Amino acid sequence: MTLLTIFYTVLFYIATGVFAIGLVLKIRSYARAPAPLKIATTPAPVTNTGVGLRMAREVVFFESLFKSSKWTWVFGWTFHFALLLVVLRHLRYFQEPVWLPVVLIQPFGTYAGFALVAALGGLWARRWLVDRVRYISTPSDHLMLALLISIGLTGLAMRFVAHTDIVAVKVFMLGLMRFDWQPVPADPVLLVHLALVAGLMIVFPISKLLHAPGLFFSPTRNQADNAREVRHVSAWAAALDKRP
Amino acid sequence: MATAAFDTPKLKSYPVIPLVQVGAMSHLKPFVANAPIQTALGFPGELVDDWQDKAIAKMGELLGKYRSLQVYMDACVHCGACSDKCHYFLGTGDPKNMPVARQDLMRKVYRRYFTFAGKHFPRLVGAVDLTREVLDEWYSYFNQCSECRRCSVFCPYGIDTAEVTMAAREIMASVGMGQKYSNEIIGKVHRIGNNLGIPGPALENTLEGLEEDTKDDTGLDIKFPLNVKGAEVLLITPSADFFSEPHVESLIGYAKVFHAAGISWTLSSHASEAGNFGMFIGNYEQMRNISMRVREAALELGVKRIVVGECGHAWRVAYSFWNTLIGPFDYLDPRYPVPQHICEVTDDLIQRGALSFDKDANDDRIITFHDSCNVARASRMGNMPGGQFVIPRRIITSVANHFHDMAPQTIHEGTFCCGGGGGLLTDDLMELRVKGALPRMEALKNVVDDHGVNFMATICAICKAQFTKVLPYYGFNMSMVGGVHQLVSKAIRLGDK
Repeated sequence: MTLLTIFYTVLFYIATGVFAIGLVLKIRSYARAPAPLKIATTPAPVTNTGVGLRMAREVVFFESLFKSSKWTWVFGWTFHFALLLVVLRHLRYFQEPVWLPVVLIQPFGTYAGFALVAALGGLWARRWLVDRVRYISTPSDHLMLALLISIGLTGLAMRFVAHTDIVAVKVFMLGLMRFDWQPVPADPVLLVHLALVAGLMIVFPISKLLHAPGLFFSPTRNQADNAREVRHVSAWAAALDKRP
Repeated sequence: MATAAFDTPKLKSYPVIPLVQVGAMSHLKPFVANAPIQTALGFPGELVDDWQDKAIAKMGELLGKYRSLQVYMDACVHCGACSDKCHYFLGTGDPKNMPVARQDLMRKVYRRYFTFAGKHFPRLVGAVDLTREVLDEWYSYFNQCSECRRCSVFCPYGIDTAEVTMAAREIMASVGMGQKYSNEIIGKVHRIGNNLGIPGPALENTLEGLEEDTKDDTGLDIKFPLNVKGAEVLLITPSADFFSEPHVESLIGYAKVFHAAGISWTLSSHASEAGNFGMFIGNYEQMRNISMRVREAALELGVKRIVVGECGHAWRVAYSFWNTLIGPFDYLDPRYPVPQHICEVTDDLIQRGALSFDKDANDDRIITFHDSCNVARASRMGNMPGGQFVIPRRIITSVANHFHDMAPQTIHEGTFCCGGGGGLLTDDLMELRVKGALPRMEALKNVVDDHGVNFMATICAICKAQFTKVLPYYGFNMSMVGGVHQLVSKAIRLGDK
């Protein structure tokens, strides 16, 4: 086994570990922190079913962002939806046989790659062109966009400019999953692409990418508006009631 | 200086998002609470020696106690959706009044002490140590937020800056840097029972005077009962309703509604305040202790229902928090929601045909309605989501003939704060209050120009006090603002229906 293969094999195990364990720890921390008061942003649904629907609209359509800023919504929603398609398209590298839906999605995933890069370009442009957004942007905000765009561009390059040996890629990936390690193809563009994806997985649990699990734990969005009907008490607040 | 001269912004006929003006409001901060005010609430009298360690420890405690704070510190992606939503940013152009930047004042400290990235790569993620300069910036800008939650409507993750502001104020108070205005008022509630510090006998006097005035006006014996055991309704209303104009006009309105409907009611000298400044400073125990007076009064007087008068943040605490803080209300009549808003009571009576009105009595008024922020975005009225928008408007159109709403993006859940909420209704922040009122004033000017509106009804004691003060800065008459029950009071038919 080459040094290169060892490096990428170890890198992907580390990245997967950091991503999964980091995310589990964060989610556990969010879940364990009490929400002592009812703070749903109203008008809010009065039932838990309604809350589910509200959350679904936020996750699928970015409802609040749509209310807020149409440009940000266009770029943000396009990016996320394109990313979803691209990720689904990539599932074929991790499956044998490949699921039918993943087969059917292949052509859309290709176009989504362009949409993804274009939308990221739009989001990045806002960071320079809108003075308010420029003011709040930190180096890590720019780096995150650079990381995502680089992943998109290297991916597109391998699809449209210089084809990489995707059969060998799949062999490498399946090898990782089956603990039957296989050589990583020594295509420089692929190696950059893979390293950046591993980097993305590693920074996920320690960066603003936590907005993904965070949304589900946001009390202003996940609480039902039923304060008068149902008494809501968290543990530390209930302890105050026991004091004389 | 607190009273330094400043320019009132010009009203434009359409909203304009200002360009960022760094530091435009960095000079402004409210007076810091002195030692007697602080110690009365159990806070240190002055900035403690090891304030930095204490503040970080407090932040850690709050992160463990409030899921909202923990999630909101992590989730922001700096997308800018909130950046043009705060009335204080729109009125001042100071970028630290953008909700995201206000949150970042705490987030950058959170990152430094509580996250891997901030501990090891502070510059990359904008993490900073909690220095005296940072603390002073906190004091300035976390006292330039009215906790109105407009940003939380537009944030894709529902991040509510009010939660962050409350946590910051809680941390600052706990290391000896409390805000004078709010903490002084909380002390008065604990000592006397209300924010204005009106003792029982003075309150009794005032109410007797109101009975006489109302008798002169109507010829009827309309009561303003105090501490009446066995009354059906305990009314909890902001103490401003007892003394301030135009607030008192609404109090007269409530009394007339109860009189006309034949509902026995009482005020309490023990719980003579609906407002709860414990929320403003983010202190759960203060908020609970203030609320507890309501429970004590309700049990003492043996009432069957609790009704809350026109007050915004008070209604948030009552509607959203009372059941948690001082519930369960199993000793009250289960046929009525607890608590009930006075607008719900009046609207219900109107819908059942129990009240009648001479709508022409309000014909000299062309009316608009200002949704108070915490009623709009942190509570509800009636059975359906959005009832807090429908019910007050339905009352107004039941008692008056001329009504026009302001622009859609400035009402309902998109309403703008009056500029004086959240513990900022103090003269040392007058510049902020005037500038923060700009978005509401622009929306008002449009309906004044287009429809001849000459009265802006609202259901919040702070809104009424704030607008009375700032309307003249923008060339409006201060008497343009008043309560919904002020309109009810004018039109209601008593005894002759």
